[in-house]
Amino acid sequence: MNPFEDRKFVILGIFFTVCLIFVGRLFYIQVVDESYELSANNQALRRVPQYPVRGLVYDRHGQLLVYNEAAYDLMVIPRQVGVIDTASFCELLGIVDTTFDNKMAKAKKFSRYKASVFEKQIPADQWAEISEKLYQYPGFYGEKRTLRKYPESVAANILGYISEVNPSDLDKDSYYRMGDYVGKLGLEKEYEKELRGVRGVRVQMVDVHNRVKGSFSDGEYDTLPISGENLISTIDRDLQVYGEKLMQNKRGSIVAIEPKTGEILAMITAPSYDPNLLVGRPRNENYKALQANDSLNPLFNRAINAQYRPGSIFKIVQSLVALDEGVITENTRFHCNRGIINCHGSHSYDDLVGAIQHSCNPYFWNVYKKLVQRGKYDNIFRDAAYGVDIWQRRVKQFGFGVELKTDLPNIKKGLVPGVEYYNRWYGERRWAFSTIYSNSIGEGEMLVVPIQMANLAAIIANKGYFYTPHLIKSIGRDSVKRTEFTTKNETDVDAKYFEPVTEAMYKVVNEAGGTARRARIDSIIVCGKTGTVQNDKWPDHSVFIAFAPMDDPKIAIAVYVEYSDFGGTWAAPIASLMIEQYLTGEIKRLDKEKRITDAIFLDIYEGKK
Amino acid sequence: MRAKNSIIQNIDWVLFWTFTALVLMGWFNIYAATYNEEHQSIFDMSQSYGKQVIWIVTSYAMIWVVMMLDPRFFTRLAYPIYGFCMLLLVGVLFFGTEIKGAKSWYTLGSFSFQPSEIAKYGTALALTFYLSNLGKKFQGFFTRVKAFLILILPAALIMLQPDTGSVLVYAAFIFVMYREGLSGNILLFGLAAAALFVLALLLNNTTFELPFNLVINGHVTMIIVIGIICLTLYYLFQKVKGIRIALAAVFIFIAGYIYLVDFAFNNVLKPHQQARINELLGIQSDPTGAGYNVHQSMIAIGSGGTFGKGFLQGTQTKFNFVPEQSTDFIFCTVGEEWGFMGSLVVIVLFLVMLFRIIILAERQRSKFSRIYGYCVASIFFFHLAINIGMTIGLAPVIGIPLPFFSYGGSSLWAFTILLFTFIKMDSERMHILS
Ligand SMILES: [Zn+2]
Repeated sequence: MNPFEDRKFVILGIFFTVCLIFVGRLFYIQVVDESYELSANNQALRRVPQYPVRGLVYDRHGQLLVYNEAAYDLMVIPRQVGVIDTASFCELLGIVDTTFDNKMAKAKKFSRYKASVFEKQIPADQWAEISEKLYQYPGFYGEKRTLRKYPESVAANILGYISEVNPSDLDKDSYYRMGDYVGKLGLEKEYEKELRGVRGVRVQMVDVHNRVKGSFSDGEYDTLPISGENLISTIDRDLQVYGEKLMQNKRGSIVAIEPKTGEILAMITAPSYDPNLLVGRPRNENYKALQANDSLNPLFNRAINAQYRPGSIFKIVQSLVALDEGVITENTRFHCNRGIINCHGSHSYDDLVGAIQHSCNPYFWNVYKKLVQRGKYDNIFRDAAYGVDIWQRRVKQFGFGVELKTDLPNIKKGLVPGVEYYNRWYGERRWAFSTIYSNSIGEGEMLVVPIQMANLAAIIANKGYFYTPHLIKSIGRDSVKRTEFTTKNETDVDAKYFEPVTEAMYKVVNEAGGTARRARIDSIIVCGKTGTVQNDKWPDHSVFIAFAPMDDPKIAIAVYVEYSDFGGTWAAPIASLMIEQYLTGEIKRLDKEKRITDAIFLDIYEGKK
Repeated sequence: MRAKNSIIQNIDWVLFWTFTALVLMGWFNIYAATYNEEHQSIFDMSQSYGKQVIWIVTSYAMIWVVMMLDPRFFTRLAYPIYGFCMLLLVGVLFFGTEIKGAKSWYTLGSFSFQPSEIAKYGTALALTFYLSNLGKKFQGFFTRVKAFLILILPAALIMLQPDTGSVLVYAAFIFVMYREGLSGNILLFGLAAAALFVLALLLNNTTFELPFNLVINGHVTMIIVIGIICLTLYYLFQKVKGIRIALAAVFIFIAGYIYLVDFAFNNVLKPHQQARINELLGIQSDPTGAGYNVHQSMIAIGSGGTFGKGFLQGTQTKFNFVPEQSTDFIFCTVGEEWGFMGSLVVIVLFLVMLFRIIILAERQRSKFSRIYGYCVASIFFFHLAINIGMTIGLAPVIGIPLPFFSYGGSSLWAFTILLFTFIKMDSERMHILS
């Protein structure tokens, strides 16, 4: 018996313990802790995104509005960049030495091993020249990207633009990666999900020197990119182009709608800009310049964002609500009592048609009084609150004071003041008709957006209903339209009440002495109503709404020309030319057209009252 | 014929099949680690996995030779083999080829041979022979010194190459001597010295702020603490005879040791060795520098998950993220491609082998066979512990191979001969009495 034989247990114990520690450690790093797997994938796998083609945008007749053009990002992997002839490289790219150093330092700071963008969005023609010589510069390679291009400088504010994602975009949607492009405004933003498609990915294995060693798991994890959906817009490109031409050198907007569908045929905001400016390498510089132009504000889409007092045109809404509420009939007459409120023209005791036609202020003072003070309560304040509540609800049914849920982001909703509003302003039971009467002729606290006025014209054309105005009639291969645009919105005003209104609007344009005689077209019966938005210091905004032809309306339109004075002078002929262009496809009244295109209303100080 | 049959009958098949399993697994993992699309055949002689076939086949030839030898061969030739190995170690210093700053290899054409591998075998035989011829007990100062000299001679020669990893392997023999009667205090003493070493390094750059704006460094703090402990012990045991001298000696020894560690660390170890130790102790962290190997190795193993990525599917090892992936870091391939289950199988196989060797050693009637068995187990264990330990960040990066797994002829031959010499002895245990 060996005296030390028991020591074998100590030795076996040590062997066993060490192996047990190893197994425990292995269990921890292999099974429990997942960070190693993550590190491994980060090191050995390179996920190369496969960019889908962004969807194109066509007009309603299939003409292109937006397409894509190839551009290239010049990528660099700093570690692989050897000794290169910096001077000739800079010359090739058209940059200076210090820029090269800065960019290189930035890339190195990001990662010496991973690729980063050295120069963005090099146009295809320039790229052809660069790529030929790129073999001389190891570590540099091109990655294909697409740039938005616009065959015609048109509809910039509708189409919007795309730009590189910022940190907040990355937070909001995990789809995006650094360097991706995302719609930031207009249709590009609204239909981002449809347009962008689905990015694919190729998972490649790389070795320690970042050399590609083939596709991972035979491409099991690769996905093909899915192209974005094409959009067919409701816009008539020719009409849009023509509208922009008419609005040159002016501030304002035109919105034209097909009444039966709510499809927006043209949406012009002026001044605008060339959408090609916000593409590619000069984008940032151009964008800053556009932003800096604050007096003209070309990035501001007046058609959906400018809020004006509705002016006389609102008398139409007052008429319809009053008729439907039964507080007047089409035969109701009021004296043109210019003691209570001023008026223009020679009339004294109009019926409804006449009052609209002559835009009689005292008439609508009375109409509004009847709408507000319904006689339901003895207390005049309580009675006014009751009346205003109904009135506000009815007016909102016309799409005023509510956001018209069109397919452009950031639309303004205007304002239809109600009980709550006046209570806050004056205090509860401290206001009545006498306090708020200026609403009667559209000069009170109310605010409207041009698209709402075009929608009003469509409502009248439809005799009582509207489809939410929209810009996209068909999305993608399945040609779907958003359901909210195929849902009828009722004003609940009986169709028969639209007869006198339409008759009045006919007379405004077609009868001798009508305020919008300039809107008359020989071959087409146009119905319209002028309006004027008064400015204290500057010339008035000229406003006109219309629809045509009277019997079977195909187009409803609203025109705003800022600081140009009376509505009939400028807005009416512009609307008329737009209608002629749309319905006949040509302009016969070239002299009228010239008068408009020659007019300049940019320097508001010139026209100072 | 009878002799042959008895060999077959008496051979320990548990060890034989464990050995075979480890060798084959090693070969497949070398193939996976260095897999080359252009040379897909596992027998392609231009690749390391093809060459490994040669080493494996020749190893089995050596097994046959070893099994055919007369059992008395090992006892008779223990010292001559040791001497021959020492000559090889001396010779390599003069005729060896310098690879990575060390003269560790004899090269002949495209083949090279590392004498330090076979030197372990010679040393094991010599130590075994020496210890087995002592009387009953392993006692007496000079007896021990002689035993240590047998170890120190090859260690010193290898140190001259220099190849630190292979030197440290000689520490493994402490298990053998412990089994043969070396005081267990030596093991504890070694452990305490190691702990103190680590503590001294950890406190090297630490400073403590005391009241009155006093700042003292880590070493002074350590010495003060030890001083206080000694004084307390003195107070408690002051009646014990000689306590004063004993405590004073301990205190002086520890204080001296702390400064010696510091000195040795800064002046003996090379900068890259210092960095590796600092990295292991967490004193500094530099995943791209000194810590790169371990960092990458752990990523490879850790990314294997429970069941691994599958044969030839490892990305970290195959694409060179892990250095030395077919030799010192071969375990990374196991961990990455076969996952936790594969790693477990390998460790269990090694554990089975170690336990089997110890169990067989204890059943030997011959002291020589028993001691030799412990030598084999200790060497394997040390390689296993350091090699796998370093791949999972539990041991410093010391370049020593994983037995039977790592690519290389010298080590595979040496480990095979080591193991089968023992299996041969075991198969003859009924005939060997001395
Ligand atoms: Zn009047």
